[in-house]
Amino acid sequence: MSEVIVITSGKGGVGKTTTTANVGTGLAKLDKKVVMIDTDIGLRNLDVVMGLENRIVYNLVDVIDGNCRIKQALIKDKRYPNLYLLPSAQTKDKTSVSPEQMKKLCDDLRGEFDYILMDCPAGIEQGFHNAIAGADHALVITTPEVSAVRDADRIIGLLESHEMKQTHLIVNRLRTDMVKRGDMMSSDDVVEILAIDLIGIVPDDENIVISTNQGEPLVGNDTMAGKAYMNICHRLLGEEVPYLDLNSKKGILNKLFGKK
Amino acid sequence: MAFGDFFKKKSSGDVAKKRLQFVLSADRAGCTPELMECIKNDIIEVLSKYVEIDTEGLDIKVNQVDNENSNGGPSLFANIPIKGMKR
Repeated sequence: MSEVIVITSGKGGVGKTTTTANVGTGLAKLDKKVVMIDTDIGLRNLDVVMGLENRIVYNLVDVIDGNCRIKQALIKDKRYPNLYLLPSAQTKDKTSVSPEQMKKLCDDLRGEFDYILMDCPAGIEQGFHNAIAGADHALVITTPEVSAVRDADRIIGLLESHEMKQTHLIVNRLRTDMVKRGDMMSSDDVVEILAIDLIGIVPDDENIVISTNQGEPLVGNDTMAGKAYMNICHRLLGEEVPYLDLNSKKGILNKLFGKK
Repeated sequence: MAFGDFFKKKSSGDVAKKRLQFVLSADRAGCTPELMECIKNDIIEVLSKYVEIDTEGLDIKVNQVDNENSNGGPSLFANIPIKGMKR
């Protein structure tokens, strides 16, 4: 059974593309057949994060317009033969595609893939509606900052009104040290405010910048962010995985492991 | 506001959470901060005829949550500390 998952946030720059790249790669590592679709038409990004920017021939809009077959546009990943990318168009705009066309594209890909990940653009305009149109499951990304949480709340409201079947929250870029001294909301605070189920907490980790520089997702590596992303993948497969201890304000475990 | 809170310096994380809860309750109810400010000021004006109000500790918000009194629509919650009765 295949699942279409949209990665969305409302606010820009909170980690949608990084999350898409790492969750996609992580699921491929777990032997699932995965395609990642960059739906941010006009602002192509997922290809560089994946290190696949030199292999693009056709793009999403070419597929929708019928300039090529889906298979011609899919780029096979360098590392995992069961991982593919459908890049977005750089020269078109968001109105070149309609939600109905995106839904059809998702449905066409269901037969071939276990997971179809949609990297959603920032904002709540047409690009957002295109990205969520065919999705069964939404991952809402936020950072523990007032602006990002507020936008996440708006997105959650819109997903509810579109009757998204499942919605989960990822709290990204959590700074344990700041939470401990009370200068950052904890993931518990964010979950309490947004009132949706959590599926991942990703710590603020400089390795993310390094991995993006190199075009190599760090999921599954021996880094805090790499472990956190792998845990998200396991949870998506329905496994119960305990959370890395990053967020508790006064837990003894935090004192033991928090400074690692 | 409890007496003790006055002396405790609030951490910025708690400030963020409070502010978010306030702004989101307005967002969710479709009620603008300007409108809330007007409602708040009018309530203060009316009550001030009879009692002395602690305007610092005043907390008014519109919530979208369902409770037994709200009939499914948003409800207005007001917590207005009274310093003393007039006269």
